[in-house]
Amino acid sequence: MALTKAVMAEKLFNEVGINKREAKEMVDLFFEEIRLALEKGKQVKLSGFGNFDLRDKSERPGRNPKTGEEIPISARRVVTFRPGQKLRARVETYARTNKH
Amino acid sequence: MTKSELIEAIAEKHNHLSQKDIELSVKSILEQMVQSMENGERIEIRGFGSFTLHYRPPRKGRNPKTGEAVELPEKYVPHFKPGKELRDRVNKGSRGKRQR
Repeated sequence: MALTKAVMAEKLFNEVGINKREAKEMVDLFFEEIRLALEKGKQVKLSGFGNFDLRDKSERPGRNPKTGEEIPISARRVVTFRPGQKLRARVETYARTNKH
Repeated sequence: MTKSELIEAIAEKHNHLSQKDIELSVKSILEQMVQSMENGERIEIRGFGSFTLHYRPPRKGRNPKTGEAVELPEKYVPHFKPGKELRDRVNKGSRGKRQR
């Protein structure tokens, strides 16, 4: 089962002891504040987890995969996630215990 | 933006909760995310993005100091795919300057 906002809020209710409405708001705000920072062009660095970085891409040639027609892919800013050392280390070992 | 700045930003909008509850909540959310990836489980946050694991097969590497060949075991690495809302908002925001 995937981890979702609903699962996260339920856990906050059980562990932190805030009420369900507050827990839901908290989870929403957590992701919204990260989006707002990135939207403003700020990198987000969460120690023990990883960094959300921004990259400015220049225009490059592309193709419509259906028609084969050439169309330029416009310049854009994209978000990339760079997992931190601690997260990498904890995830790596999954290969030795399980298989997808 | 760092983890403590994220906590402050949430506190400004969620002013009926104590700083301590917000801090505990942010740490709990991040720990839940790490644990879920550690267990090979995906994370799906609509409008933000999804985190999955990507498999890296075993490969032969070299110790850069001694030049000696070493077997690097298979592993998983965390991967983030930004959701549509995050992609659109970051790209629209790119008319402003990037901050560090």
